[in-house]
Amino acid sequence: MKRLPFSGWHLVLAPLAVLFALPLVWLLISSVMSNAEINRFPPALWPQGIKLDGYRYVLGNALFPQWFLNSLIVSAVAVTANLVLGSLGGYAFARIRFAGSKLVLGLMLATMVIPFQLTMIPTFLVMKQLGLIDTLGALIVPSLVTPLSVFLFRQFFVSLPRELEEAAWIDGCGRLRILVSIVLPLARPALSTVAVLTFLATWNDLTWPLIAINGESTYTLQLGLTTFQGQHHTQWSAVMAGNVITVLPVLLGFLLAQKAFIRSLASTGLKG
Amino acid sequence: MASVVGTFTVDPRSRAAARRRRRGEGATGWVFVSPSVLLILGLSVVPVLWSLLLSFQVNDLVSPSEWVGLANYKALLKDPSFGSAVSHTVVYAALYVPLSVVAGLAIAIALDRKIALIGLYRTLVFVPFVVSAAAQGVLFSFVLDPEFGAANSVLHKLGLPAQGFFSDPGQALYLLVAISLWSGTGFCVIVYLAGLQGVSSDLVEAARIDGANRWGVLRHVTLPALTPVTIFLLLFQTINALQVFDLVFVTTKGGPLGSTTVIVYFIWEKAFKTFTAGYSAAAAYTLAVALLVIGVALQVYRRRVAR
Repeated sequence: MKRLPFSGWHLVLAPLAVLFALPLVWLLISSVMSNAEINRFPPALWPQGIKLDGYRYVLGNALFPQWFLNSLIVSAVAVTANLVLGSLGGYAFARIRFAGSKLVLGLMLATMVIPFQLTMIPTFLVMKQLGLIDTLGALIVPSLVTPLSVFLFRQFFVSLPRELEEAAWIDGCGRLRILVSIVLPLARPALSTVAVLTFLATWNDLTWPLIAINGESTYTLQLGLTTFQGQHHTQWSAVMAGNVITVLPVLLGFLLAQKAFIRSLASTGLKG
Repeated sequence: MASVVGTFTVDPRSRAAARRRRRGEGATGWVFVSPSVLLILGLSVVPVLWSLLLSFQVNDLVSPSEWVGLANYKALLKDPSFGSAVSHTVVYAALYVPLSVVAGLAIAIALDRKIALIGLYRTLVFVPFVVSAAAQGVLFSFVLDPEFGAANSVLHKLGLPAQGFFSDPGQALYLLVAISLWSGTGFCVIVYLAGLQGVSSDLVEAARIDGANRWGVLRHVTLPALTPVTIFLLLFQTINALQVFDLVFVTTKGGPLGSTTVIVYFIWEKAFKTFTAGYSAAAAYTLAVALLVIGVALQVYRRRVAR
């Protein structure tokens, strides 16, 4: 590690970074305050000590762990399905010649411009017909695969040199085997991009769960947190503890895989 | 699936076998894409057409619907609450989009240098972007709580009068813009930083040698090179801004006095609160057409710039 120089830019950048960080720092601080400190006038801006009452209340509230689990199930299934179905579809569009592939791919890409508001009412009616409303199935089915996942995989596979696959092909390997044993091990950037974007989209979504879920036990964390705030709007420390639990997986994911996150998000902008 | 022929030398016979297998490719291709195609087209093309039908009907999501032709669209144009939802959305977008793009560019340029702590600064600027709108809404409802919030506490310490924040119809919409800037600017920074890597250092060097100062390099070299990125961000941020919903739902529910009722909130209310699905679908179609027009216009402009 080379020590990098300090410069006048710090006078600009340090306050800016503090400004962006402050709300999240406050989120953490207020989650370990006692309600007495928050309900004083004017409310305290620094805790007198770390109180875990908020966390105890939230974790003792049987529903919060359930909501966490629901969110985890929906995101895990969505990420897995997007990786499997997206890479299968993307590979076929990139490498296999079949009748109608250009047309179907074009149609699929065209659906990317459809805003969710346009499809949400009929999607609700379809899910109702299938008997999925108020089950996790209603959240899982629409998020199994997105056109973006298929497209990102296709773009990546097109950029790989064909020679890698030719040899296996001549040796008589089938397409599936070539995909699994030769192509996918090289596709880490595409796999991580699709995983990150899918995880962010499903974990953070509020609109669709709000429409598709009525019963408290089937809530996701985002929906649970929102209603929890409505019901406990005077117990701010508990609400903030619940909020910390809601953002923690995304924050941890971001901090642990910062490069993958940033590359994924930047790539959506530069390829668009 | 995999039929292993198992040859280690490439002889003509295995080439012929490979050719024979190529003919069976079509089926394999379809097998690979069919789950994605069925799910994506089934959950987009069908609902889009269904929405179009709905928008010509009166429907309460339960009983059979009735055909009313263009009545929903005519009613929308006359509906003052739809008009104000459109104007709130336009105000929100007109502030959020340019501010987030300009701030994103300025911060990206400031962060595009090798100095101590730069990684930490970048992380802190990006982090709010991954926080969900629901979590942002809950956090800022607390910070801006007129009685228990930190914001009024700070104002009190500074000897300034307490504010109503989300309970003040004159402030609520602007606060939503500010919160969105806090979380949404990071995305513009990420994309601009990636774009800055692509600005050729030779050009910058050449401009320097020709006597251009920092400002000159920025205006004549960096900004023109970033134009495609800027157009993408304007498009992306506009489409996002016109669809703002989650943050509004969590913080203000469209209030106070309807001052933050934006288009998507209006669509949601009409479909799932008052159960007028046909009317809601008409509003959704109006929004979708507007988004499409903006998207196509910016794409055309982008092509022209590329030439």
